Amino acid sequence: MTKTITDVICPFCGTLCDDLEVVVSKDGKKLLEVYNACAIGAEKFLHSQAEDRLTRPRMRQEDGSWKEISYDEAIEYTAKILTDAKKPLMYGWSSTNCEAQGVGSEIGEYVGAVMDNTATVCHGTSLIAVQDIGIPSCTLGEVKNRADRIVFWGCNPAHAHPRHMSRYSIYPRGFFTGKGHTGRKMVVVDPRVTDTARIADVHLQIEQGRDYELLDALRVAFKGEQLPDVVAGIPKEKIIEVADTLKSGRFVIIFFGMGVTQSLGKNHNIDAAIAVTRDLNEYTKAAIMPMRGHYNVTGSGQVWGWQFGFPFAVDLSRGFARYNPGETTSNDLLRRGEVDAVFVLGSDPGAHFPFSSVKKIYDLPSVAVEPHETPTTEVCKVHVPVAFVGVEVGGCAYRMDNVPIETRKVVDAPEGMMTDEEFLTRVLARVKEIKGI
Amino acid sequence: MNTVTLTIKNQPGLFLEADSISPDTLAGKKTDEITSLPVYIGREEHRLGDFFEVSGNAGATAADTKIIVKGDLSRVKYIGMKMTAGEVVVNGNADMYVGAWMAGGRITVNGNVDAFAGTGMRGGEIIINGNAGNYLGSAYRGDWRGMSGGKITVKGDAGSDLGTFMNGGEIIVGGNVDVHVATHAEGGKIIIKGNAKSRLGGQMVEGEIYVFGDIDVMMPGFAYREDVELEVDGTKGLFALYEGDLGERHRKRKGQMIYGKLYQLIRP
Amino acid sequence: MTEYLIKNGFVFDPVLGIRGDVADVAMKDGKIVETNAVKNPKVIDATGRTVMAGGVDIHAHVAGPKVNIGRNFRPEDKLFNTRPGRGVERMQGGFSVPTTIRTGYNYARMGYTTVMEAAMPPLYARHTHEEMRDTPIIDQGAFPVFGNNWFVLEYLKNNEIENAAAYIAWLLRATKGYAIKVVNPGGTEAWGWGLNCENVHDPVPYFDITPAQIVKGLIEANEYLGLPHSMHIHANNLGNPGNYTTTLDTFKISEGIKPKGRFGRDQVMHHTHVQFHSYGGDSWGNMESRADSIMDYVNSHDNITIDMGQVTLDETTTMTADGPFEHHLTELNHLKWANSDVELETAAGVVPYLYSPNIKVCAIQWCIGLELALLAKDPMRVFITTDHPNAGPFIRYPRVIKWLMCQEAREQQLDAFKHKDKVIDATHIAGIDRELDLYEIAQMTRAGSAKALGLSDIYGGLAPGLMADVAVFDFNPNEPYVPDDIENAFSNAEHLFKAGVHVINNHEIASNGNKRTLWVDAKVNENPQVMRDVKEKFLRYYTVTLNNYEVSGHHYVPNPYVIEVDATQ
Repeated sequence: MTKTITDVICPFCGTLCDDLEVVVSKDGKKLLEVYNACAIGAEKFLHSQAEDRLTRPRMRQEDGSWKEISYDEAIEYTAKILTDAKKPLMYGWSSTNCEAQGVGSEIGEYVGAVMDNTATVCHGTSLIAVQDIGIPSCTLGEVKNRADRIVFWGCNPAHAHPRHMSRYSIYPRGFFTGKGHTGRKMVVVDPRVTDTARIADVHLQIEQGRDYELLDALRVAFKGEQLPDVVAGIPKEKIIEVADTLKSGRFVIIFFGMGVTQSLGKNHNIDAAIAVTRDLNEYTKAAIMPMRGHYNVTGSGQVWGWQFGFPFAVDLSRGFARYNPGETTSNDLLRRGEVDAVFVLGSDPGAHFPFSSVKKIYDLPSVAVEPHETPTTEVCKVHVPVAFVGVEVGGCAYRMDNVPIETRKVVDAPEGMMTDEEFLTRVLARVKEIKGI
Repeated sequence: MNTVTLTIKNQPGLFLEADSISPDTLAGKKTDEITSLPVYIGREEHRLGDFFEVSGNAGATAADTKIIVKGDLSRVKYIGMKMTAGEVVVNGNADMYVGAWMAGGRITVNGNVDAFAGTGMRGGEIIINGNAGNYLGSAYRGDWRGMSGGKITVKGDAGSDLGTFMNGGEIIVGGNVDVHVATHAEGGKIIIKGNAKSRLGGQMVEGEIYVFGDIDVMMPGFAYREDVELEVDGTKGLFALYEGDLGERHRKRKGQMIYGKLYQLIRP
Repeated sequence: MTEYLIKNGFVFDPVLGIRGDVADVAMKDGKIVETNAVKNPKVIDATGRTVMAGGVDIHAHVAGPKVNIGRNFRPEDKLFNTRPGRGVERMQGGFSVPTTIRTGYNYARMGYTTVMEAAMPPLYARHTHEEMRDTPIIDQGAFPVFGNNWFVLEYLKNNEIENAAAYIAWLLRATKGYAIKVVNPGGTEAWGWGLNCENVHDPVPYFDITPAQIVKGLIEANEYLGLPHSMHIHANNLGNPGNYTTTLDTFKISEGIKPKGRFGRDQVMHHTHVQFHSYGGDSWGNMESRADSIMDYVNSHDNITIDMGQVTLDETTTMTADGPFEHHLTELNHLKWANSDVELETAAGVVPYLYSPNIKVCAIQWCIGLELALLAKDPMRVFITTDHPNAGPFIRYPRVIKWLMCQEAREQQLDAFKHKDKVIDATHIAGIDRELDLYEIAQMTRAGSAKALGLSDIYGGLAPGLMADVAVFDFNPNEPYVPDDIENAFSNAEHLFKAGVHVINNHEIASNGNKRTLWVDAKVNENPQVMRDVKEKFLRYYTVTLNNYEVSGHHYVPNPYVIEVDATQ
């Protein structure tokens, strides 16, 4: 006998699909099948069932080998390195729930940590741009119900957000979009012929690293001012044609990804894309949205926003919150040697940070709280495996359009395993004890 | 003018936050009071004297106070932050935020500075005899009120994001600059005596940029208007005038649209 | 629980009708009690001090998605504006959009204990609740927005009040909401296409309904349910010269409708931040105050309450579900603009704004807000707000109180205006010498707002049985004072009790309290049609499933105060 759980939320990407069905064994201990998810999402659920999964914390020994330790020992080690440090970095927070993020913030406050999330190597530049120019945006349902001009700029949802186009952006039939994809014009801007570009009505195969110029050219074209013959490898006529296509839409949406957020110019590219969107609102309705990666990176930005006022790179070391990417961002801190301990939860900097930063982590007292074995756990001194959020424990997560959805628990974690929130709550208690609060 | 000399004797393990090193903070203080001013490493508070040899007494006011800072200050932040008068001379390289939110007085750095020097500067003068890092004379994050007055002179090169949201004042760079110059500027003047890369004047509303050397890629929103004879910081020559950013909003004055101006030296 | 006795203060309490007499206030088990009911109380000597019930804010934007947009996109609002934590007090930051922690503490410092979040997008209810949960000390509730909701538009188009009411009851439960909020009815849906509804008869594109029909239908649905609060509206045409006629047209929709239900309020419409809706003229050049016309109407119609939306002449952050207005504003001041349209429900915009005393329009706005309060005949129906943070941050309430209580303070400000003469010509304030007293201030900040919210049985006064929410201010009304003494005293309560917990002791935060979230559980007859409609709209148009929409209690509303309403007659 099995049971089927419906309306399950997928804890993989920022699309945060909430229509999955998961089949579990009658005792709720075994996860058997996953329906409606994309291949990556299904894998995330099934991965929790791996036979060789680590279920207890472990500590690196002098000779490089691992030794199993108890959760109590892991809590003690974590509290100690955080309270011993003058300026610890507490990084990650994107693959966990808002409950854990909240407890983490409180720890950060007491130990004077720098709190940073994966936006620092992803959409942090978008957040900077939003601070400079704002962002006209909307929920994904507005796209589904109204949008007839869809732009994907520097992103490839066919691979990175596999159900995005079918659920929200290209194929669905909404209230005012009864014709589905045939009523929509799709523009893709990408130097590569991606699978997303292949199905577009227009593919602007832009010269690499010239997004800022092309966006500026679109703004010039909106105003009917003179343009050079070719911008970013695209002929002027094509730019004007795309500008007209966008202006003639009833509802334009621009989705953008790491192709523009982490290439030359970074935040400026997004700033210009938002300026394009602002401009379009003088002619029609337009919105723009970052294709957020981790399923709850958005949530950590929200939690820190209301607790500290900043969405990432929050330096609490002086007893109040400060923020300035370029200084308070993880890689700058690691590169410059500004931090003296590293705590990682819900992310894999070992895989995503430059080697020079990873080496710094290796040299410092460090803890990784992480269900999997990852490149990060390989360089940390202590690895604390925990339950999978969104699979073995529920909790709040924010979709790429900032819509909060409560993820569900579908199956029990292996006997005796802690969740992120439980582990952090114990660390918090110990930190308070050490600091006499 | 009284002079206080601060010679770094211990390097901080991490980085030292020393916003106390400013004529405004030192004014009216004797050597021993200066020695006990707070500085910070992470969450720890220390005394200035734990890291610096202090000699001399400050003047009665900031304007009467000169501070000479000596040694390797590449791990010391916030030198001259928010100063309104007086003088700071840094003999060595300094870290971030030199002269940030400065309103008056003069800072001379005989070395390089890291990022965010002159952030949100309102007045006074910063002279950097080496190179400057990124975000020289830019706005703080989110603020549309960037550098609004004063003058920054860099002998060497400057990094990216020079003069973002600049509203007034002047920046002169003797060498080359990286990408993004005067982004979102609504005033002010930037002179680049070396070469520029790309993205000059992007989203610029108003203001002036002068480039003596090459520009790798011109913004599509800048259109050539005419050649003009000018004298710029002592250099006379023929400049090509471009106006932009044509994609951005602009004010009208007396019926005339006011654009950002980008002058490139054609021949001296 | 500790018993407390606040002795010998000058008590101002409209509920008991005490006008500054010296009296004692006793607290036990979280409630106000008769002074002889406490046996061994801790005594607070309030000799020479002012004692009032905890303040009740009827309208502020303090929690939820657009507030957090404001925080996250304005790092400069926190630059050099932070306060380190100390003891039980956690770290705080931000000026116009403070962190939740600072929000709770700053309200407490002003002697406020209850604050209503004025606009909750239903799809973002979880977010709003997470922020309220993390706002210490104060009790809070949130008003879901209904005025552009597709269900509401479709039911009210056909005047289906009962269906609308059933849907409202369902949504209040799903979102753990407190009241029916309406923002730019129809206009925000039109904003989905970049359009707007500028007056009450401007049809909503594609929905075959007018703002007037939406407002009337929602008042009727509100009274059908007999909810604690009335329909709470921000009308069409906010912020435009000449808009006072739209405001009067909106007021008139309430004519002839009487309040129903057991909560003791007299109004069927609360119109918020009326300052923004009281403009004459037809351009920014000739914009003038019509606060007189507005207050003539309000004074003569008992079934309306209003709040001020007082401009405080600060740099602030505007934020509203009036999407088209924020777009209009960014086109005027060219500052950064965030917008967030919410499927089937609403929208929001956020733009920083500088109210400069050197700009004539800003100065006129300042006058209009004060005129509304100074022309009020019944201070139980006109409440102090700044529409935080739209017209200014809530931390300026003590300054607003100062302006209302001292003509001298108003004159000082008028003299400081660059265009003083033009401002005086366009307004009425120079001819008003009224100075409100502390009793009237207590009506406008406590007793009146609690009553209008339908909460007079728990908040707003010092009668035995009410919650022990009590503030002691270091202000002696019987001694000579300068205007700033008022502002200083009301910015910095000497003591504050929240539900009997001593949260401010000697001006210091002493406890993070035990905050509660108020929501309304309205029971209606089973309505299969509405439930069918809900299922269908979720299936076809929403991007979350119906089963993932409802806010569950445990994490989001850990300490609820549920007000039950039975509308199953």
